[in-house]
Amino acid sequence: MITDDNAALAVQGLTKRYRPEGAPAVVDLSFTLPRGATWGLLGGNGAGKTTTIAMLLGLLVPSGGRILALGHDMAVDRFAALARMNFSSPYVALPHRLSVAENLMVYAHLYGVPKPRQRIEELAEQLQLTDLLKRPAGELSAGQKTRVALAKSLVNRPDLLLLDEPTASLDPDTGDWVRSWLERYRAESGCAILLASHNMAEVERLCAEVLVLRAGRVVDRGSPSALLERYGRDDLEEVFLDIARERGNAAERADGSAEQMA
Amino acid sequence: MSGASAGRRVWGLMYRHLALYRRSWPRVLELAYWPVLQMVVWGFVTAYLAGVQNNVASVAAGVLLGGVLLWEVAIRSQMGFAISFLEEVWSRNLGHVFVSPLRPMELVAALVAMSALRMFAGVLPAVGLAWLLYGFGLWTLGPVIVLFFAGLMMMGWAVALAVTALILRHGAGAEPLAWSVLFGLTPFAAVFYPVSVLPGWLQPVALMVPAAHVFEGMRGVLLDGTIAWGHLAAAFGLNLVWLAGAVALFLRQFQAARERGALLSIGE
Repeated sequence: MITDDNAALAVQGLTKRYRPEGAPAVVDLSFTLPRGATWGLLGGNGAGKTTTIAMLLGLLVPSGGRILALGHDMAVDRFAALARMNFSSPYVALPHRLSVAENLMVYAHLYGVPKPRQRIEELAEQLQLTDLLKRPAGELSAGQKTRVALAKSLVNRPDLLLLDEPTASLDPDTGDWVRSWLERYRAESGCAILLASHNMAEVERLCAEVLVLRAGRVVDRGSPSALLERYGRDDLEEVFLDIARERGNAAERADGSAEQMA
Repeated sequence: MSGASAGRRVWGLMYRHLALYRRSWPRVLELAYWPVLQMVVWGFVTAYLAGVQNNVASVAAGVLLGGVLLWEVAIRSQMGFAISFLEEVWSRNLGHVFVSPLRPMELVAALVAMSALRMFAGVLPAVGLAWLLYGFGLWTLGPVIVLFFAGLMMMGWAVALAVTALILRHGAGAEPLAWSVLFGLTPFAAVFYPVSVLPGWLQPVALMVPAAHVFEGMRGVLLDGTIAWGHLAAAFGLNLVWLAGAVALFLRQFQAARERGALLSIGE
């Protein structure tokens, strides 16, 4: 039974099977994301990151387990939580024919944002979108679309932000700008952020804690520095490869148990 | 959660569609294209009939043109609802919509409101043109026309909800139903002829269709000058049953889509 109502997100035993006889996409996932922290979900394709985020957002019904988002049980009271959460993903589009301002206005209304015009101007200024407000969303570059998606995800000043690969398909400069912006925003707003990413440098830079997923299971977890130390590596990419290829951590490699496991 | 908050969310989704129409005059034009075209074609048919059989000219004009225009109310209501939903699917925007605090029934309310706006934008020009070209004013049916419109709109929404539920269940494969399904009901809706013309075994089927009662009511007004309250009551009673069934189906398929993870991939 999870009781940590003060956590931004408290997850216990979260499991998803798309088919009763099929392999589970996520198995027995448990964690507690503190308010104001940024945590990462790390894993390869098919590891269960997107499935996990979809369940946390109420888009997908779990097969088992429980989610408390901002103190609300997502199984019974998800709309109260969703009003204080938001989400961004490069794989979910905003209507292309609507202008940036119109798109943001739609979501300002959906989230019941007071003084929506003022909020949109504020976000546009912060995310350097002022000159883009009247342009159709479909005519923007990948970097501009990412900033618009970020503005959409912040329109309601969320207490919990879920980001699915926030810098995918961005050039290094734009990616760095987004990461800096997210760091600053979290520090200023106290918003908790859970991000799923393939980008090890991003996870290393932004996240206080990392959950490493493989085949739907958490196979390791810890701060980026703790993972680097445990695996005896210089960067998270090498740690990721050790985990993905089941080479084990430094101690397991030393005593040969990792090869036996693999 | 207050009604004002719910209203704001409904307006948010409506605003999304209205902004789309503001930016695209072909979409606005398309709304009136088919109703006007249907009315023009049937207007000429009526004029031809009037030429060969003068004694039935005014009755034929009323029954045929009234039927055409009122049937468009149901068709445009159904298509307005279903296509507004499909706009979300096509723009791959459902993931954002369904992680907002918008409740499923608020989504339905927004689609109903958009459907009504689209229907009026499409049918009212055709009504005006019928008067200008053929001297047929739909309003000559009297205030009961409001009930005819309401009955046919409700049936359109019920069918559209069922179509939307099928799109949630079957994805892109069910999209063509948004355009075709109500045309398939035309023979049973008794748009241009009374239910009694149908074979005996088909009549009970037709009498389960709300529109059949509306059109019986319309013919009652045009031919006898009387309002068939029994038919109108049957139309609204059936509409409530159809709507209840369609809402239940929609909510069930929405929940099933959440269990399958289809809300993110629908339309792909």
